[in-house]
Amino acid sequence: MDQYTLNLLIVGASFALYIGIAIWSRAGSTAEFYAANRGVHPVMNGMATAADWMSAASFISMAGLIAGVGYINSTYLMGWTGGYVLLALLLAPYLRKFGKYTVPQFIGDRFYSQGARLVAVICLIIISVTYVIGQMTGAGVAFSRFLEVEVSTGLWIASAVVFVYAVLGGMKGITYTQVAQYVVLIIAYTIPAIFISIQLTGNPIPPLGLFSTHTEAGVPLLQKLDQVVTDLGFNAYTGQGSLLNMTLFTLSLMIGTAGLPHVIIRFFTVPRVADARWSAGWALVFIALLYLTAPAVGAMARLNIIDTIFPNGVEQPAVEYEQRPDWMRNWEVTGLLKFEDKNNDGRIQYYNDAAAGFNETATQRGWSGNELTINNDILVLANPEIAQLPGWVIGLIAAGGLAAALSTAAGLLLAISSAISHDLVKDWLVPNISEKGELMVARIAMAGAIFVATLLGLNPPGFAAQTVALAFGLAAASIFPVLMMGIFSKRVNSIGATAGMLVGLIVTCLYLFTYLGWFFIPGTNMLENVPANYLFGIPPTAFGPIGALLNFAVAFGLSAMTQEPPRHVQDLVESIRVPRGAGAATGH
Amino acid sequence: MADNSSSNAYWAANIRIITICLVIWAVVSYGFGILLRPLLSVIPVGGTDLGFWFAQQGSILVFIALIFYYAWYMNRIDREYGVDEQ
Repeated sequence: MDQYTLNLLIVGASFALYIGIAIWSRAGSTAEFYAANRGVHPVMNGMATAADWMSAASFISMAGLIAGVGYINSTYLMGWTGGYVLLALLLAPYLRKFGKYTVPQFIGDRFYSQGARLVAVICLIIISVTYVIGQMTGAGVAFSRFLEVEVSTGLWIASAVVFVYAVLGGMKGITYTQVAQYVVLIIAYTIPAIFISIQLTGNPIPPLGLFSTHTEAGVPLLQKLDQVVTDLGFNAYTGQGSLLNMTLFTLSLMIGTAGLPHVIIRFFTVPRVADARWSAGWALVFIALLYLTAPAVGAMARLNIIDTIFPNGVEQPAVEYEQRPDWMRNWEVTGLLKFEDKNNDGRIQYYNDAAAGFNETATQRGWSGNELTINNDILVLANPEIAQLPGWVIGLIAAGGLAAALSTAAGLLLAISSAISHDLVKDWLVPNISEKGELMVARIAMAGAIFVATLLGLNPPGFAAQTVALAFGLAAASIFPVLMMGIFSKRVNSIGATAGMLVGLIVTCLYLFTYLGWFFIPGTNMLENVPANYLFGIPPTAFGPIGALLNFAVAFGLSAMTQEPPRHVQDLVESIRVPRGAGAATGH
Repeated sequence: MADNSSSNAYWAANIRIITICLVIWAVVSYGFGILLRPLLSVIPVGGTDLGFWFAQQGSILVFIALIFYYAWYMNRIDREYGVDEQ
């Protein structure tokens, strides 16, 4: 069987599984559509949360980001997991006790203000829409490479599958497909890693392999890696980074993670407050299986790539272009891997031509610039091919990448559609809508959101990469502080919260637009995006914590100057702080 | 709901355990993983140092332990203060 048929078979089987689950778990009520009737077991919810959270960015991009610079990008590992500690300790149990369906609904009730709720809906939609674009483009890349269809055809197939289980099943259908998608993606991610770890170190557990001895070289793998990358002019893999930038960026990712609405609403689906606490722990266990594997994948792939290009060691001449392996040929077609023979010797020189100290060595060896550019995103997808693993492993990686992208897309789409049907239509525009009517509106909103997401995926705005920074920045600066204050302070009132959210939202947007262009349109930035221009040296991607700080300051300051919240709101805060009585809470 | 002084004591106990957990959370990630790494560089781990291990693996393992410990602790004091879900 050829590779193409194998890919088609494995991806097709995974899609059939998702659709089967969708038909089995149709939603019949709004309680099922929004919160899976609060009947999801905490371990199951942990697994679904893991798939919901781990997106194309985690599955496809993260190991590549780490492989590129090594230690410095540990920020992604700590940032994207540390947020769960905040979620488990500061938000999830109390919001589950509150017992409603959406994040804006809590903000509206706690701050007794339709205006606050509307601002929250706006933040939620900006965050979720920008996030979903990345998932759709990720699905498109996986489709075009492995199933050899046009990106557009692949996208329509992907959205048709999401349509079936998200529109039919709502949160219930999404939950059980996410459990299946987690299983697919974690198997797909770890199997190649295990093979490669055995090949390089003899240790079958990749996180242990990372710190083991490289069998061939007889020295620790990381030491060997440090040596070959510095021999090619790159910074040492385990080398030190800027302490301030790493700290702020990690903090930005942690607070942002805890403020993402599509992750928060997953904790509304468990039966009890105690389950919400356990469930956050299980979610992190399932996430950690991938996150502990990723740095091993990154380091080992970097070593394997250099080994492929310099088969006789980095001191010897590089491989001839005509002798390049098949995986390079395959990925050249996608444009994500490029070769340019600058010195016309027919060989692939790969080194850091930006390092001033390395120029002399390069000239001596007759090199006139780096000749190979590799997009970080291909690293995980190409990994099995680079390590020459069997064909079914390559098919599995394709199914895994799609599972990661689709599971996150579905969670985001649910957050968007419930904000529209519940916060806008049911509780604002048409308050006396029937339950059946609301369910219908929720389905239509879901279908509409899928359509918009597909269109945006087909024509990804050139700023897709930057908008992820916007999603995290806004979640950190607007949603997280206002939720935390709503639970931990009885004093913060509607004026303080609304103003705090608006300040967080606007200042964060302005800071990003200043360096990345107004609405991310290239060329409209007022200052060049270089460290010398940053306020106190803070890069735009790490601005979230500053926005959060301003949000807190404005909210506490204005609240202190104005009236304290009414009695019934203070009672509400009292009641969400204790678990007793959670079972009784319903949608209204 | 229990009477006011007992529910205040419950909340104070919760705030205390949250503070302890978040201090550990910050020390393993921002401390050992980033800011204190130069100090930990004397302790070698598999070809590099302890700070690198905390940044890529150790902090994640501690995060998991923290969440499970918090869940266990809170579920216990929920019963002690009589505010658990029956």
